[in-house]
Amino acid sequence: MNKLNHRKLYSVLLGLVVISVIVLIALKGPLAPLNVQVVTLKLGDLEPAMFGVGTVEARRSYTIGPTRTGKLQQLLVDHGDNVVAGQLLGQMDPVDLMDRLQSAQLNVEKYEHLVESAQARLDEAKSRYTQAKHEAERYRDLVKKKQVSHEAAEAKTTDAVAAADQVRVAEADLEGVRHDLQRMQSDLKAVKAQVDDLRLVSPASGVVTSREVEPGSLVVSGTPILRIVDMETLWVRTRIEQRNSTHITTGLPADIFLRDQADKALEGQVARIELIADSLTEERWVDVAFNKIPEGVAIGMLANVTIKLPVVRQTQWLPAAAIQNFQRETGVWSVRDNKAHFVPVETGTRTLDGKVQILSGIDSNDIVVSYTAKPLNEGQSLNIENP
Amino acid sequence: MISLAYRDVSNSFGRYLLTGIGLGLLIGVTLTMAGVFRGMVDDGKALLRSADADIWVVQQNTLGPFAEPSSLPDNIYRGILAIEGIRQATNVAYLTLEVGRGSHSVRVMLEGIDTQQNPLHLIAGRPVMRSHYELVADERSGFKIGDRIPIHRHDYEVVGLTRGMRSPSGDPILFLPLKDAQEIQFLKDNDALFRDRVQLKENPQLNPPGNPALLDAVEQQLFSNHRVNTVLIQLLPGANPRRVADDIEKWLRLTAYPKDEMEDILIGQLIAMASKQIGLFLVILTIVSAAIVALTIYSMTQTKLKEIAVLKLIGTRNGLISRMILLEAIGLGLVGFLTGKLAVTYWAPLFPKHIVLLPDDTLRALLITMIICVLASIAGIRAALRIPPGSAIGG
Repeated sequence: MNKLNHRKLYSVLLGLVVISVIVLIALKGPLAPLNVQVVTLKLGDLEPAMFGVGTVEARRSYTIGPTRTGKLQQLLVDHGDNVVAGQLLGQMDPVDLMDRLQSAQLNVEKYEHLVESAQARLDEAKSRYTQAKHEAERYRDLVKKKQVSHEAAEAKTTDAVAAADQVRVAEADLEGVRHDLQRMQSDLKAVKAQVDDLRLVSPASGVVTSREVEPGSLVVSGTPILRIVDMETLWVRTRIEQRNSTHITTGLPADIFLRDQADKALEGQVARIELIADSLTEERWVDVAFNKIPEGVAIGMLANVTIKLPVVRQTQWLPAAAIQNFQRETGVWSVRDNKAHFVPVETGTRTLDGKVQILSGIDSNDIVVSYTAKPLNEGQSLNIENP
Repeated sequence: MISLAYRDVSNSFGRYLLTGIGLGLLIGVTLTMAGVFRGMVDDGKALLRSADADIWVVQQNTLGPFAEPSSLPDNIYRGILAIEGIRQATNVAYLTLEVGRGSHSVRVMLEGIDTQQNPLHLIAGRPVMRSHYELVADERSGFKIGDRIPIHRHDYEVVGLTRGMRSPSGDPILFLPLKDAQEIQFLKDNDALFRDRVQLKENPQLNPPGNPALLDAVEQQLFSNHRVNTVLIQLLPGANPRRVADDIEKWLRLTAYPKDEMEDILIGQLIAMASKQIGLFLVILTIVSAAIVALTIYSMTQTKLKEIAVLKLIGTRNGLISRMILLEAIGLGLVGFLTGKLAVTYWAPLFPKHIVLLPDDTLRALLITMIICVLASIAGIRAALRIPPGSAIGG
């Protein structure tokens, strides 16, 4: 009796083990239906946006430097100073320019005198000519009265012609000297301009952002001495992927997150879309201006920019995780009779929070797989398990 | 027909079961070893699966991004696209590094991909939608959706989770936008940057007086990274992968591997040594298991020699006795196999590396166990048959 009970007990135990193994294989093994989470098409507004990374830059920034190589004599402003348009910022050392200015000045004065003397010679030649002409006329009268010889009269006429020539010579001399004077005046002006050019003057109002050279240093022409930035024109020069950038237009609102206050969105808007794109990085430059320039923002600071594209009203969408590639086609896995079936779909707008507009392919009756533990295959048994 | 085996076993069932379970644990270890090996192969293949590429283009004369370093300019894909038969070419950058959030630190492989062209298979969350600072993590990394992981200079937000995405060395993969990966790959620390800048500034050839723009250009060139590790190619239907790969090698002076060659590299080269090691270990384990089964059966027979002699004395046929020993051996094998299989199923997820238990392997193990048990019972049967019936009453 006892033995029989043992046998029964062992048989039951063995049966239980076998059943549990079979159940384990059926539930966890390769034949079990796959648990999936599903969604259906949803209707709603999509708020697409483009995300980019940029740096704070000034729309208007100026580099101040000499046009000629020379020594910096003095610098009147420092980093952080506010300057206004036309303000004298510094001065280059003129070296010999002042002496050349004086020399040019004296040259001009000399030629003014020379013009005067040429004028005097002209006047003299003119009066000589007048006298010679009168004499020649008088001798012609005397020849008619046969009081002087023909030779004498002709000599007087020749004198008169010679005097006329002298007038022309004096006129030409005067003209020449006048031109010389003009040349000297131009020279003077040029030297004056050079002297003026030694003054470093602010072309616009703004803030000095860097003072790169100190007085006494030799500065090669074109080297920046000061940099001035118009703080009213700060914006974020943002890199945006070329792909999908067609919808960006000037005036679109944007959120700017500066690196130093990463959680605070500053309002801005697209101010300019640059016409030249970066072919290497496949990005475009989009300049996003602040609506209100924040206090203490530094030029060159990193900023994350989200440009808000126009809202797509009342459209059908799916979570982006549902969009899959199967055999090189984009589509979704729909559930029909608890079996997986791949349906290619056409997608449209995508939002940053993971919604994808569905243009065609499925309708609102379709049940679509959102998450699975494993990639699916056509015809696979599924077990819908939504949390 | 009398089942001698059943009666014999039920006589001392506890001992029999314990012997079976002990054997089962050994079989479990063997199966685990096989699982580790399959896991390594699967890790290699997981990457190929997730890449879904027909051809891998890498630096000339290198063995690809994993077995050897490979570096390509990131605009070479345009040249590749010009070759006939190519549907899509995408840049990918790989790098392995240690990332952490707070005290939780994990070694991962970062894979920089074109996030829009490569939909990932997710188990939670969403794909990467922004062009920067978001990533999809493999669940094995231990990160959760919403975690912000600092990598070098930026914080990256985990937006989605994948399953089974591992590097050939078993590290979980984090997927992030290609440009971020390029930046991480190249980004120097601030001190190094500062030192480099000072050096550049002091070099009169790179910073000549009167040409301040040159230094900026040199810096921009030096402090940016436009290199990727590989270009993945998908072919148009009907294109011959080997021919396209030859074209790429011939005209672009790069090295291109069709998918199967890449698989050979990953599995043949990368894990060849480890797999040999595990293979040898597996063989030794199998031999040890066989020896133990044989010894167990033999000693089980030895302990009942007297009973067998009595059986022979009362006229039991040899066949019946042989069957008893054989069935006991097979029973022991079955108990051991079931225990081993169950044990592996429950302890496999505890292993840090991926362990793959294939049904094929399980069936093979069952077959081998049975063969070993049959062979092992031969020694016992021989001993049983040799015992003279007279010894039951003698000595």
